[in-house]
Amino acid sequence: MSGRSLFRPHLVFSARRDGRADEAARDRAEQFRQIMLPHMDAAYSLARYLTRDATAAEDIVQDAFLRAFRGFDTWRGDNSKAWLLAIVRNCFLNSVGPNRAVAMTEADMVALADPADAQNPETIVAGRREAAMLRHTIEQLPEPFREAIVLREMEELAYKDIAAITNVPIGTVMSRLARARQMLGQMLMPEPGASREARS
Amino acid sequence: MSACPDKLLLIHGLADGELDAANTLAIEAHLKTCADCRAELALIEAMREVLRDDALTHRAPQALRNRIDAALDAAATPTSSAPRRSAPPPPRAPYALAGGGAIAAHVWNGRWASGAMVGIAASLALMIAMPQLTHTGTEDQLVQSHIRSLMVGHLTDIPTSNRHVVKPWFNGKIDFAPPVPELADEGFPLVGGRLDYIDDHAVAAIVYRRRLHTINLFVRPAGTLSLPFGETRRLEGYSLVRWTKGGLEYWAVSDLDPGELQLFHTTFVARAVP
Repeated sequence: MSGRSLFRPHLVFSARRDGRADEAARDRAEQFRQIMLPHMDAAYSLARYLTRDATAAEDIVQDAFLRAFRGFDTWRGDNSKAWLLAIVRNCFLNSVGPNRAVAMTEADMVALADPADAQNPETIVAGRREAAMLRHTIEQLPEPFREAIVLREMEELAYKDIAAITNVPIGTVMSRLARARQMLGQMLMPEPGASREARS
Repeated sequence: MSACPDKLLLIHGLADGELDAANTLAIEAHLKTCADCRAELALIEAMREVLRDDALTHRAPQALRNRIDAALDAAATPTSSAPRRSAPPPPRAPYALAGGGAIAAHVWNGRWASGAMVGIAASLALMIAMPQLTHTGTEDQLVQSHIRSLMVGHLTDIPTSNRHVVKPWFNGKIDFAPPVPELADEGFPLVGGRLDYIDDHAVAAIVYRRRLHTINLFVRPAGTLSLPFGETRRLEGYSLVRWTKGGLEYWAVSDLDPGELQLFHTTFVARAVP
């Protein structure tokens, strides 16, 4: 996994150590770690919800961190989490390639038409609040709505950050959020009154 | 469930705290008269309660953290990246033996191979590279930590001049209770507290100021090997004063001149009630 990196640190001992360029690069690396590494959970969570796959999510997050590191100079000092998540999303888009829109939509439609949990009303209510079930339900949402709701409700980002990450106008973010909540509402709480009783 | 279509986005905006004052007032007035829109708002909030469950977010696995850590180190070459939780920096004293250097470099590599090895690697590297007891890599780490604390606006985790806030803040974060005396009247105002890592252990960093100079006071339990006497030294233009008291080891680090930092030391010791 890190076969190459195993031998890199030797350079530290052989190369000049006290050059100014080295110093600056080390400061930069350390600064990157301090600012960006705390967002690793957020990055991974977003990647998991986008890919719906643990292994793919890991690869995307690693790719994203490396790109972020190389492009750290372009970060303008504003919301670091939003900046990193935008890179995560780009890495995801790159990983799925141009065919994704079609493929995803089809899968999404099937999933939506046939919610996996539409069997026994009692198990539905009991399992509703289980995290695994909820995650699964969120994963059923078509991608644009899924990412909007994840960024808003789980990462608690502002509209403008979500707009920047997903590369759409704020108005689109708003309508996607409203639609995502509507869809989730239908999937989670078929009868709003009943489910709210069950929850309390 | 059928909120007024023209109000729908505004209701969501309200729930998300994204509306300006005028729109907020308008929609709140509307909500008073429209039960359907109130139901929509209630639904949003009910759903939020469900979605904000921490169990829904995925946590990055440790293996991934290690991989990214290693990848960043590799990407940061020719520098090896700063060692926040890692082995000490390359010692500036030249190796006495080339062989020693090779072994140390080998041990150093243990860090990239496995995060679990960090502690062992650090201590081995210390023992091999720096046999002197009095000048340990700890001091390098302290100075680096001091510099870092000034660099990225991360001087304090808990910024407050109130010692009654700083002291309890450390509770549960570290397993010892450092004294946090108020020294403002002596010209050393308290700035706040921070958690830091030295020699792979969490230490308390209490931050004071002297005029425009920052003083980082690192506190940790005195190790069995630690020397009982105090000392003052300069490293890369920074002053360090070390002392032990009540089973705790203190390191004050600052760009103050050693005399003034020594004054801080005596003032602190005089005022510290454990």
